[in-house]
Amino acid sequence: MEKKRKLTIAKAMSEAIALEMRTSPEVLVMGEDIAKLGGVFGNTQGLLDEFGPDRVRDTPISETAFIGTAVGMAAAGMKPVVELMFVDFFGVCMDAIYNLAAKQSYFSGGNVTCPMVLMTSVGGGYGDAGQHSQALFATFGHLPGLKVVIPSNAYDAKGMMAAAISDPNPVVFMFHKALQGMGWLGTVPRSITHVPEERYTIALDHAHIVREGRDITLVGLGHTVHLALDAAAELEGEGIEAEVIDLRSIAPLDRETIIRSVAKTGALISVDDDYHSYGVGAEILANVAEQDDLHLKAPLKRISYPDIPVPFAPEMEHAVLPNAGKIVTAARKLLKESAHV
Amino acid sequence: MKPLQEQKLWMYEKMVESRHFEDLIKRAYFEGKQPVFNMAKGPLPGEMHLSDGQEPCAVGVCAHLAPQDSVTATHRPHHTAIAKGVNLNAMASEIFGRANGLSGGRGGHMHLFDKAVNFCCSGIIAQGMGPAVGAAMASKLRGQQHVAVAFIGEGAANQGAFHETLNLAAVWNAPVVFVIEDNAYGISVAKRAATAIERNADRAVAYGMPGVFVPGNDPDLVFDVAGEAVARARAGEGPSLIEIETIRLEGHFMGDAEGYRPEGEKDALHARDPIKLYRARLENQDIPPADLDKIEQVAKQRVSAAFEHARQSPAPVSEDAFTTVFA
Ligand SMILES: Cc1ncc(C[n+]2csc(CCOP(=O)(O)OP(=O)(O)O)c2C)c(N)n1
Ligand SMILES: [Mg+2]
Repeated sequence: MEKKRKLTIAKAMSEAIALEMRTSPEVLVMGEDIAKLGGVFGNTQGLLDEFGPDRVRDTPISETAFIGTAVGMAAAGMKPVVELMFVDFFGVCMDAIYNLAAKQSYFSGGNVTCPMVLMTSVGGGYGDAGQHSQALFATFGHLPGLKVVIPSNAYDAKGMMAAAISDPNPVVFMFHKALQGMGWLGTVPRSITHVPEERYTIALDHAHIVREGRDITLVGLGHTVHLALDAAAELEGEGIEAEVIDLRSIAPLDRETIIRSVAKTGALISVDDDYHSYGVGAEILANVAEQDDLHLKAPLKRISYPDIPVPFAPEMEHAVLPNAGKIVTAARKLLKESAHV
Repeated sequence: MKPLQEQKLWMYEKMVESRHFEDLIKRAYFEGKQPVFNMAKGPLPGEMHLSDGQEPCAVGVCAHLAPQDSVTATHRPHHTAIAKGVNLNAMASEIFGRANGLSGGRGGHMHLFDKAVNFCCSGIIAQGMGPAVGAAMASKLRGQQHVAVAFIGEGAANQGAFHETLNLAAVWNAPVVFVIEDNAYGISVAKRAATAIERNADRAVAYGMPGVFVPGNDPDLVFDVAGEAVARARAGEGPSLIEIETIRLEGHFMGDAEGYRPEGEKDALHARDPIKLYRARLENQDIPPADLDKIEQVAKQRVSAAFEHARQSPAPVSEDAFTTVFA
């Protein structure tokens, strides 16, 4: 039997980057505190020691400059992996992301590509308040030309990072702080998984059915995959078999897998921790609602983060974040009401 | 501009008050986070950026400000808030996430707003600079003499907003003072590895305003230089840039292992603790140690009472999360 290597998402990410750097001299890493410190969230640990300061670069606090620089490097055929420490900071540098990186291929008629990865942390739940706790999936997923992905576990993180670095397009690689495996943040144990030593890739445009079930489809991404799995375990005790889909990517969105699952179960709850309106859940529900041949036994439902900034006090923050209990309650209600129809 | 004795004593008092505030934060922060450190736990969850060592920057500047003058501060805001006269009880309550905090527990330690003394701060680097110019222009357009001060770290001087804001303030002759607290690090990255020039004060030349470097983390020197800049702004003569050499005695945030510091640096910094040095200077100037003890005692009591107040205050209820999103 193969030896088990239990890794955190942070370690899996740095391992994937190292593997690409060893075989491709075009790959380099840039960002704030990513070299000497190994990243505030640990995902570039060890890279400076192995690859040196030319290829692993601490930057000034100048996101517009270094993300713009990454776009230029990518145009010149390099493969920069850059980090925006918290997704919340995109406000100071969005132009380089959505007006440059995202449109480079299109504006050049496909002649100039933008093979770069933008790693960025997302999510709250630990009392860091409204400028350090947002998810902002939809903000990025809305913009054509960007791929937007998020792993829910270390195995996926490694394969998705390898795929992201190899992709000719700009990939926003989000990682959730509740899953990162940093001791100081606490980590959902299920996100720490066996990770093979060798290189492998995971397709960025395929959702993953992480649990099969016939009664209701639960769709999540990143942290909410684990909330959905917890909810599914609880529902199982009540005889409800939930199918859980890990989106892995919101752009492109694997619409087919969701539709196929809902065709089977007839019920859907999408769960994400980004703002509610115009969000991931809205897109997933609309995608299902637009199918004219689907038989639904219950109304479509989305659980998300309400349309308010993230409050600091735990009494408020924890109450408004999605959790497994909210999913269980919603699933019960949907299926109970559908039984009376 | 030399500080009068009562101004010196005020600066000393506010530095002691600020340090004691951070000392009590340190104790409270680790409650519930031991033996395993988890940032989410305890009465003070989330990041915590302490200002130990940087007190001279806050007191030397704020000594010249009235409540009507505005201050925008950073993610490391406690010393600045205390020197600006932010309500101590409400500030402690906010940091503890209590319903009677400055913003009812919605903001926490990086988002302190006290309208009564025109203070605010935020967690995005260089973000306060635009609003400081805004406060300054509002005063100018209304024919008032209020000034605004934007505090930033030296790392923020590499942010686009820094350069845009200096230029705009100069073009509009805004009554604003930009203050850089140079503690030599932006998280783990040393200033010399991230900043193209030795002295950020020199950048003022590019925007046609005075730029002054204040060495030595010295409250009296800061007082002197800031006094001129604030007077200049009040007189309608436009913006200034001040760069203060200071020290960060703690990690970037609590829990920071500080592996990026050269061996021995921490000890050397503690030997330059500005509060101890300032006390020694005041004693040399024949201020009786008993008087200084008394000031210390009163300041510390005020802080302890604020923490007591915060701890005994009620938490918000979850429904509060939904109010004040819109006015
Ligand atoms: C736009 C933006 N980029 C990055 C960060 C993350 N960050 C928080 S504090 C900090 C270092 C700031 O250094 P400096 O301005 O010198 O202030 P100091 O922490 O030393 O007081 C960084 C990079 C942020 N908050 N905002
Ligand atoms: Mg600094």
